[in-house]
Amino acid sequence: MSERQRAGMSVTTNLAPRGKRGGNNVLVYLISLIVVAITVGPVLYGAMGGFRTNAQLAEKPTGLPDPWVGTNYSGVLSGGSFWTYAVNSTVIAVITTGVAVVFGVMAAYPLARYRFKGREALFMVFVLGLLFPAAVAVIPLFILVTRDLGMGNTWWGVALPQAAFALPLTVVILRPFLMALPRELEEAALIDGASRIGVFWRIMLPLSMPGVITVAVLAFVTSWNAYILPLLLLQGEMRTLPLGVADFSTEHSADTAGVLAFTTIAMIPALVLFLALQRRIVSGLQGAVKG
Amino acid sequence: MSSGAATGAVASGRPHRPHDTWRKWAEIAFFVTPALALMALFVAWPILTAARFSLYDWKGLGPLDDFVGFANYAEVLADDVFRDAVAHNMIIVVGSIIVQLPLGVAIALLLNRKMAGQGVLRTLIFVPYVLAEVIAGVIWFQLLQPEYGLIDALMNGIGLSPPGEGWLGTPEVALWVVLAVLTWKYLGLAVLLFLAGLQGVSEELYEAAQLDGAGWWQTQWRISIPLLGPTIRTWCFLSMIGSIQCFDMIWVLTGGGPADATTTMATYLIDEGTNRHNYGIAGAASVVLFAIAFVMALVYQLVVLRRDTKEAA
Repeated sequence: MSERQRAGMSVTTNLAPRGKRGGNNVLVYLISLIVVAITVGPVLYGAMGGFRTNAQLAEKPTGLPDPWVGTNYSGVLSGGSFWTYAVNSTVIAVITTGVAVVFGVMAAYPLARYRFKGREALFMVFVLGLLFPAAVAVIPLFILVTRDLGMGNTWWGVALPQAAFALPLTVVILRPFLMALPRELEEAALIDGASRIGVFWRIMLPLSMPGVITVAVLAFVTSWNAYILPLLLLQGEMRTLPLGVADFSTEHSADTAGVLAFTTIAMIPALVLFLALQRRIVSGLQGAVKG
Repeated sequence: MSSGAATGAVASGRPHRPHDTWRKWAEIAFFVTPALALMALFVAWPILTAARFSLYDWKGLGPLDDFVGFANYAEVLADDVFRDAVAHNMIIVVGSIIVQLPLGVAIALLLNRKMAGQGVLRTLIFVPYVLAEVIAGVIWFQLLQPEYGLIDALMNGIGLSPPGEGWLGTPEVALWVVLAVLTWKYLGLAVLLFLAGLQGVSEELYEAAQLDGAGWWQTQWRISIPLLGPTIRTWCFLSMIGSIQCFDMIWVLTGGGPADATTTMATYLIDEGTNRHNYGIAGAASVVLFAIAFVMALVYQLVVLRRDTKEAA
């Protein structure tokens, strides 16, 4: 957003034409509520279903829990496998995010701030990376990770490929963000004798924190939600939550309430993280979308 | 991405000495190498390997020595299941855009109005996007279960009868159900991006329109939607790429069935590779999948996105 727009917004907020006609607002709310009911309804149904018994679910699929039953949730939380999966998911997501963000911001820096031959071609390499679905690479990846690198069924064995697949989006979002940062500070520091790496570390990195947070959350949530790579690369005790949910739902297919409870708990961390940081993500994406 | 001027390896007027040039390239290499190395090892190499597998008849055991040339490609392209998979992907590409685009724009314009609870509404609409496809898939699988599922119960409640073999078990409807669930899952992303795009529209334009006597609809139609153009084109690109790669949701909901009615290119190649150990066939399907994604991206870039670059220049 330009200075002009920002100034314009603060002055003219009250004059904005949106929602001018009060009569329309009832309709607007009604439509919004319908949309929200459709988007959130299934999730709420899952959470509620976790508080019911299977008998309740079979008898009256549309009802509220009556009485509310906590055993499904307590069963999941006291069962060992849930926490094992949660730890695996967390560690893998943290490693993935760390590697993708550090390498990504480093790569985006020269692509945004240096003028050199082949810069756009190099950027296209990253854009091209967006086109590769993990599914295409996953069978050779399995062979590479387990047989050649000896990292089969380990946290790093999943996190490093995931970071590699997260890098294109990270660079594509961060580059316009870094381009938009003011150049004066950088120049001043260089004239004062700072090295390029020093400038990157002490000036560019702190300034680009909003963009970095955006890509970090995206990388974290993508890793947390990932399915296909962990599906092929992890077994048994090393599995992550999405695999746990899928397994649980096939193994306990008769225990619908249990499946719903397990599923509901598994979705909480990503939801909380994303919703808490939603504002920052939107502002970070703005730069990328406008570019 | 369009503004080539916003670069600047600091044009500080220093003369370009060979030492500086050498140093500049060393710095660039320092910054870019880790990312490129990681992508080379874990993205490029596996994909090239998949392409190599596509030229062999290989079941995963023993040496890779049964070179068959393009026979796997011939087999994949002649396979009705794969052709259907391509068609399913295309239905998902087109269906996602024609349903989510108008809905997403409408909801974004609606939520862009100033009203109480705006933030909460925006957040709630975004919930499905945050869920893992697998998790969303498991929930919908339960909702769509024949007899015990909520959807069937609701339909029976109002006197309608659900399809005989269940929503996910009837070949004629399964793909459309999958498309509906994908729409539910990804509409929030479209709304989020469009809202972000709308925030970039200058208030002054709205003011000017208001002064000229334009109503809400006119303002949206003449100002908001045209200015949303670049965002819409970016979203379309992301949506296309996502639809071509579609895997998780389908794997959980239907596994590609019933009777391959929901197979996509990705589920096809994973099934061939992991369940049947036909690595050559899986490799050929991988290459075809990438080729289709690449051509679509290229055409889109040339035909649609070029306009943005030109306009901005």
